Amino acid sequence: MSDIHRTIEAVWKIESTRLIAGIARVTRDIGIAEELAQDALVAALEQWPEEGIPEKPAAWLMTAAKWRAIDSLRRGRMLERKHEEIGRDLEFQRQRLGEAMDQALDQVIDDDVLRLIFTACHPVLAVEGRVALTLRLACGLTTAEIARAFLVPEKTLGQRIFRAKKTLSEAHVPFETPRGDELRKRVESVLSVVYLIFNEGYTATAGDEWMRAALCDDALRLGRMLVELLREESEVHGLLALMELQASRTAARRGPTGEAVLLSEQDRSLWDHAQIERGMAALHRAQNLGGGAQSYALQAAIAACHARANTIAETDWERIVLLYDALLQVSPSPIVALNRAVAVGMAEGPAAGLHALDALAAEPALTNYHLLPSVRGDLLVKLGRYAEAREELQRALAMTDNVREQDLLSKRLKQAMFID
Amino acid sequence: MRFMMMVIPKGYETAAADTVPDAKAVARMMEFNRSLQKAGVLLALDGLLPPSTGARVAYTDGKATITDGPFAEAKEVIGGYWVIQVRSREEAIEWARRAPMSNHEIIEVRQIFETVDFPADVQKAAEGFNDLPNAPAAKA
Repeated sequence: MSDIHRTIEAVWKIESTRLIAGIARVTRDIGIAEELAQDALVAALEQWPEEGIPEKPAAWLMTAAKWRAIDSLRRGRMLERKHEEIGRDLEFQRQRLGEAMDQALDQVIDDDVLRLIFTACHPVLAVEGRVALTLRLACGLTTAEIARAFLVPEKTLGQRIFRAKKTLSEAHVPFETPRGDELRKRVESVLSVVYLIFNEGYTATAGDEWMRAALCDDALRLGRMLVELLREESEVHGLLALMELQASRTAARRGPTGEAVLLSEQDRSLWDHAQIERGMAALHRAQNLGGGAQSYALQAAIAACHARANTIAETDWERIVLLYDALLQVSPSPIVALNRAVAVGMAEGPAAGLHALDALAAEPALTNYHLLPSVRGDLLVKLGRYAEAREELQRALAMTDNVREQDLLSKRLKQAMFID
Repeated sequence: MRFMMMVIPKGYETAAADTVPDAKAVARMMEFNRSLQKAGVLLALDGLLPPSTGARVAYTDGKATITDGPFAEAKEVIGGYWVIQVRSREEAIEWARRAPMSNHEIIEVRQIFETVDFPADVQKAAEGFNDLPNAPAAKA
């Protein structure tokens, strides 16, 4: 790629979201808006290498999109109606469209961006469609980039986006910010999409590592955008806090050969302390808005306990247990209960941890989950019940296909052999 | 990737100690800062007092010599900075291009080293550095 093309790509990354949002205010359809914006990008790719980057690239792109809109209106009308009927009506329509686009050009308002994100994350879409649309419309990623990040063929991803846009259009999803009771639910949908994007990058163990790691940054960028747009929504701050605090450990989470390093083994000096501070600030905002007892804020508060501690032993495990108790109230899940049992084991000793774990033995969702016997094995090792521990670790080993997890378990199994 | 955009304001090297930016320039700058914030790319920003209030500590043969500002020999000094997180060097440059600077002012765009960018031996040497105020090293 030449320098000028890389620059155009960068301009696109900066301007595309607001551009598409502004056009969508006029077209009321984000699919059409995106196509017009894409047309404008194509025009830029044709003209900028010759003419140079314009002084105001955003205005240039909006103007180009406007002419495309007027053009396509004319073409659409030509197909629909007989020539003689077009006349004045078309001229009027073109003028009105032109004026509306000029207005959109003058000021893309923040609400347009917010509407764009709400629409891309609309519950009428399949989750994978929401994720793809959000990355494309709100983060300015190309179809190829999204495909690489999610390890699917570009064609598949292209179809996914196409289908999502079609669904929105067929369901007549309005281009608007939901109000009242609806708002809370729709915010939840947006946040879950953002967190899914984050986790896709954060838990990457395969594929194009750089691309996947960049997904974390994209999710963080979305989170930071959202706290500006939804300042009063505590969970938006809570999610940003959670992502900042988790991402602050990135450098410590992989060993020299790319192997996973558990929280207990991480070199905490590698944690990004500026990022921890940003996470803490976001958590305080969530708490000050009265959202301290909500799901993302509680998860962030747990992450904050780790971020504050110099070692595993110095960690405030009692507080973590309390936070897990609260989390179980608002979002009960066997995985949360399992994590709570680990925290109980640290706070009150392995016997108490084992007791908390026993309550989960019958949990159907955990029947084939390797972390249940794995955690059990660890607690049994601490209690000196090595024979039982080995049995649990072996069960855990048989349950996971993940090579890095297997390595980790084998290592612990070996340790359990030696101490006995 | 993170970048630092450093502002090199014209004439700041000789600016009086009590120089403060004018309200109009600040208002324009705030608008730009808001756009960085709304785009979700802004991580940090600060403005620096004139160099005439600062000092330079120069090292020669292991000896440190201190000179109070202003620094007669300096042609360009830093007046402030932003730290942004973007996807490419080009994107950082495009953001710098949007800053409301005055005639002959400069923004220098530089990528920030991430620990993972270091070769293994440098990573090893950097190990154990902890800048938390309550870190074990600081307690000792």
